[in-house]
Amino acid sequence: MTEFALILLSTVLVNNFVLVKFLGLCPFMGVSRKLETATGMALATTFVLTLSSICSYLVNTYLLIPFELEYLRTIAFILVIAVVVQFTEMVVHKTSPLLYQMLGIYLPLITTNCVVLGLALLNVQHEHGFLQSAVYGFGGAMGFSLALILFASLRERIAVGDVPLAFRGPAITLITAGLMSTAFMGFAGLVKG
Amino acid sequence: MLTAILVLSALATVFGLLLGFAAVFFKVEGDPLVEKIDKLLPQTQCGQCGFAGCRPYAQAMANGEAEINQCPPGGEPTIQALADLLGVQPKPLNPENGAEKPTMVAVIDENNCIGCTLCIQACPVDAILGAAKHMHTIIASECTGCELCLPPCPVDCIDMVPVAVPIEQWQWPVPQGLDAIPVVVKPFEARA
Repeated sequence: MTEFALILLSTVLVNNFVLVKFLGLCPFMGVSRKLETATGMALATTFVLTLSSICSYLVNTYLLIPFELEYLRTIAFILVIAVVVQFTEMVVHKTSPLLYQMLGIYLPLITTNCVVLGLALLNVQHEHGFLQSAVYGFGGAMGFSLALILFASLRERIAVGDVPLAFRGPAITLITAGLMSTAFMGFAGLVKG
Repeated sequence: MLTAILVLSALATVFGLLLGFAAVFFKVEGDPLVEKIDKLLPQTQCGQCGFAGCRPYAQAMANGEAEINQCPPGGEPTIQALADLLGVQPKPLNPENGAEKPTMVAVIDENNCIGCTLCIQACPVDAILGAAKHMHTIIASECTGCELCLPPCPVDCIDMVPVAVPIEQWQWPVPQGLDAIPVVVKPFEARA
C-alpha cells in the first residue's frame, strides 16, 4: 500500500510530468486559457492516461514479450494509444457534447501528447507490474491535471491583471510556466529513491 | 519477421473491431447541442433573429455563426441561459433585432375581417383558424405574439393586445428615479 502511495506522490508532485519532466507541454499551453476547458481536458487526459497505461502494459506483457517483439514496442504502444483516444472521443461526444465542442481539436491531439507514450514507455523501463502501471498512469494523469488546472487558474487571473506591454500574451504565459516549474522543483528530495 | 507481422495485424484487427462496435454503441443522433439551445429559445418562430425560426437560429448558434443576443421575445433571461450553456459572456440584446416587449397576443377584429386567409399563411404556429371568405379567429393559447400576421392583413383588422400577467409571474415595478444613481457598466475586456 505504501508503495502505491509513494508512486502517486512521486508522479503527482516530485516527478510531475509537465513541470519537472517537461512532457505534454502542448495541451498545457494550448488548453489552459480557460479553467472550464482545462478541467475538461484534465478529465479526458486522466481517462486516456490510465486506460492506455493499463492497455500498453497488457500488450507488452502478454503479446510483445512472449513473442520476443520488444523492438516493436513504440509502434504497438502508439496503436494502443490511438485506439484509446478514439474510444474516449466517442464516449465524450456521446456523453457531453458541450465538452466535446470545447475541447475541439485538442481531444484527438491527445494521441500525439508525449505524456501518453512517455508514460507507457517509462512503465516498461521501470519494470512496473499491472497495478503499479495503473497507479503510475493515474498518478501521472493527476499530476498533469494538477499542473493544467493550476496554470489555467493563474492565466485567468493574469488575463484581468495589468501586465506590462512587453510581457503581454505568450511572454507572460511562458514566464508563469517557468515559475511554476521552478516551484515544483522544490518537491525534489521529498521522497527518497 | 512473420510473427511480428502477424502479431501487429492481430492487434490492429482486434482494436479495429473494438472501435467499430464502440462507434455503433456510442452513435450520436443529430447534434445534441442544437437540441439544448432550441429548448432555451421561446419558440415564437417570429424570425426577428434573422433566421426562419427558432431551430435554424439554434443551429446557427451551435455552428458559431450567430450571436446569442438576437432573440427579442426571449429577452435577457434567454441570453443569460444561452451564455451559461455555451460558456460565453452574456451581452445586451442587439437593438437591430428589436426590443424586449411584454408578451402580446394577436386579436382579430371580427367585424372587419374579410376572410382573405393571408394571415393564416403568415402564421408560423398555425394559431389562426378560418377559411376563404369566412371570418378568421385566433386561438389565443397558441399565439406566440410574433406579429407576423400584421403586415399581410389588407384591412388592418389585427391588433396586438398585451397578455394579462398571471399572479404567479407578477413583479414589483422598477423603482422610478434610478437614473439619479450614476452606474457605469464596463465590459469585461475593457480593463486589459
